[in-house]
Amino acid sequence: MKKFAAWILLLVLGASSTPAFGFPLKAVDTPNDKGNDITLSWPAPPHPPQQWVVLRVEPGKSFAAIDTIGGELTGFTDETAKNGVKYRYRLAGLGAGGAGLFSDYSQEAVAEPSWFDTGKLNVFIVITLFLALVLYYIGQAQRGKIWNFRPIAGLAAIEEAIGRSTEMGKGVLYVPGVQDIDDIQTIASMIILGNVARMTAKYETPLMVPANSPAVYTVADEVVKGAYSDVGRADAYRSDLVRYITSEQFAYVAAVNGMMLRERPAANLLLGAFFAESLLLAETGHETGAIQIAGTANVHQLPFFVVACDYTLIGEEYYAASAYLSKDARLLGSLKASDTVKILLILTIVLGCVLLTLGSPGLAEFFATQ
Amino acid sequence: MKREIPLLISMAAGIFVLIGFFVPHPAIRNTYDDIQQWVIIVVAFTYVLGMANLMRINTEQIQRRAKDWPYKLALVLSLVGTMIVGFFFSRGSHYLDDRTGFSWIYLTFYSSMSSTMFSLLAFFIASAAFRAFRVRSVEALLLAIAALILMIGRVPIGNAIHPAIPQIADWLMEIPQNAAKRGILMGAALGVIATGFRVILGIERTYGSEGGG
Amino acid sequence: MIAFLANLRRLDRRWIFLMVGLLVVAPLLTGFHIAPVKPGSRAKGFYDAIEKLKPGSTVLLAGDYDPGTIAENYPMHLAAARQLMARNIKIIGVELYPGGPPLADQVLHLAGAEYKKREGYDYVNLGYKSGNEAVMSAMGSAGIPRTFPADRSGTPVGRIPVMKGIENFSQIAMIVSVSAGYPGTKEWVQQVVSRYHVPMIAGVTAVSAPEYYPYLQAGQLQGLLGGMAGAAEYEVLVNHPALATRGMDAQSLAHIFIALMILLGNLAALPQRSPGARQS
Repeated sequence: MKKFAAWILLLVLGASSTPAFGFPLKAVDTPNDKGNDITLSWPAPPHPPQQWVVLRVEPGKSFAAIDTIGGELTGFTDETAKNGVKYRYRLAGLGAGGAGLFSDYSQEAVAEPSWFDTGKLNVFIVITLFLALVLYYIGQAQRGKIWNFRPIAGLAAIEEAIGRSTEMGKGVLYVPGVQDIDDIQTIASMIILGNVARMTAKYETPLMVPANSPAVYTVADEVVKGAYSDVGRADAYRSDLVRYITSEQFAYVAAVNGMMLRERPAANLLLGAFFAESLLLAETGHETGAIQIAGTANVHQLPFFVVACDYTLIGEEYYAASAYLSKDARLLGSLKASDTVKILLILTIVLGCVLLTLGSPGLAEFFATQ
Repeated sequence: MKREIPLLISMAAGIFVLIGFFVPHPAIRNTYDDIQQWVIIVVAFTYVLGMANLMRINTEQIQRRAKDWPYKLALVLSLVGTMIVGFFFSRGSHYLDDRTGFSWIYLTFYSSMSSTMFSLLAFFIASAAFRAFRVRSVEALLLAIAALILMIGRVPIGNAIHPAIPQIADWLMEIPQNAAKRGILMGAALGVIATGFRVILGIERTYGSEGGG
Repeated sequence: MIAFLANLRRLDRRWIFLMVGLLVVAPLLTGFHIAPVKPGSRAKGFYDAIEKLKPGSTVLLAGDYDPGTIAENYPMHLAAARQLMARNIKIIGVELYPGGPPLADQVLHLAGAEYKKREGYDYVNLGYKSGNEAVMSAMGSAGIPRTFPADRSGTPVGRIPVMKGIENFSQIAMIVSVSAGYPGTKEWVQQVVSRYHVPMIAGVTAVSAPEYYPYLQAGQLQGLLGGMAGAAEYEVLVNHPALATRGMDAQSLAHIFIALMILLGNLAALPQRSPGARQS
């Protein structure tokens, strides 16, 4: 330890006294960061040492060693720089092959936090374009513009399924998925639940909503209560319509399967994020003779739903459900915006492929993400 | 105002988090990181509500001797028992360590039962295959052929029958399956963004509204 | 034939369950062997990546799964530990699933006993930490000792010989991720591989394996094991056929049966043509 410290001391003294010599060292403020970072880079010398000692100096102080890194590296990020302070750096070789090997002094570099992450410019452009289109089409919808959207069988079947349940005197089971409320699929499920709850309130059909997380239970309960009030059936709302089961995946599945087999709902709506339990739920539901409508954006579970359910909402059909069910002009406007962006993306992909084939990677590289 | 205030709060929070994604500056990013922590804290409190709901519904059904009430009793006793063991007989915050009462309950009961539930998939896949792979259209025929090739190609017997079978199975997974999946994912991603905008802009009233939405 | 089809249409699905049960259990109990396991290119990539490591280097073995996926993940976890120990590579184990640490302990102790490796000197299990991706990020920025100040049994990492000199990912030669889903391989790639450029290989469940093909194609993963089949291929490569290899015989029979069910299901759906129907 003492020997190592002596080496460092010698290097520090050497770094401050030895004239500039060796290879260039570049120091720049690390871009797109929250500050306190300066990035160093240098070309690999012909005979790299075993290790590099990174030396740093700031105004009014002398050179100090801040880190020791592997000799094979050609880059380093100093994460201990203070914002606004001018630093200079130097590298000193250590160990075998390192004696007397020093880089040039770097230019002055000052760490500053960035206000915009330029690495996400491509995402920013697409999001801004999307938002502009959403606002434009919502404006059009509010001025009375009507678009034609293709019918989605699964969504049309929701009202039929609820009607069927009412005629049979049985209930509707609504499973909002197995993810927590921070998952966008669960949020979309809550939106659809509001529409479904309005229908069940209107038709006086029993509704069962088993929730897999307390946060989902809290939100689902409020959504159902609000939906019943909306159609003037607040008296029909009961606090046990929505119940918290458990957050453990397979325990939740076991409980929901139990509900299906005991309560025998006539319609099962499996709408949300699902994982390995999708087939367990769908097969059990099929066994009870219920009509089943599933929807998820988890691609790896779609085959199970397609095979075992009567209707499946795939990916974006699931997210479009609230617009289709409510027929709200503004929601349909946002759907139109989504379709327009998709067309633009398809054109961009085709153009990018053609340009890449012709040897021009610019467009493809612009859309690369970190 | 009862409707507008929640909408304003969700709009402000949504816009701030959206901006925080693009701005690394500590003036924004530190609050952005804090908000992520707040979500965890709020969710932790909702466990109290969830537990209360669970206990209330089940104890009411036990008191009324509703249908299958012995199972509700078993649930309540297991819940309370596990909590007592976890709090008082499992070395405090090290309750997940080896040889604590809690980890014994977890490994002996929960792990075994969840593995059993997971293994039911094998049986259900077989019955679903018998029932649902009916070839009634060209698409269904393609689905059935792909399923057959993949079922055989993914196990050693596929290679024993003919080495081309696993190669075709791999090609199906890597090329057409990947292409279709990426298309679905892109569409879903646009749906996610559209849903997010609808919630942030307050257009989606069902979510978070109580009456009059 | 008509009677057969009629019976097929009325088949109680419990007969199907019984057949699946028998076909899965029989090879496991009798040792009946159907076909040899032939390693594919992805499993070879996984194996070769470890073979290229220098003896004495240190690897992070992330066992991000719990007993729910033990059938798929445990065999690959154990086989990886065996290959690493056979090559005298040091292992630091971490888990991001609360149910993971006992399984990781079992793997490390079992392989350690076989290859005469000592806990603390040749391997260590740092245990579970909650926080998902935040833990991975913290291991790189704050450092591994600060993120995991003690191992699973409470020994401070400063007193563990195998942790000497380990600060962050710069001292880690490779990440071996055995994962059941979230958090797991994808998060390791996003948080660690893309930032710190540490080589990585992964073993995942069969249903999620196709999600990682793009990472393999892009070079962010050097090898990938998918499900029990991948684990069996890997066991053949490390010359230690074990749980997964035995399981493949059961899986082969089950797959053939399911393929047969698809064909029989279509046979059962053929239109009915009975003499009785004509008379009426």
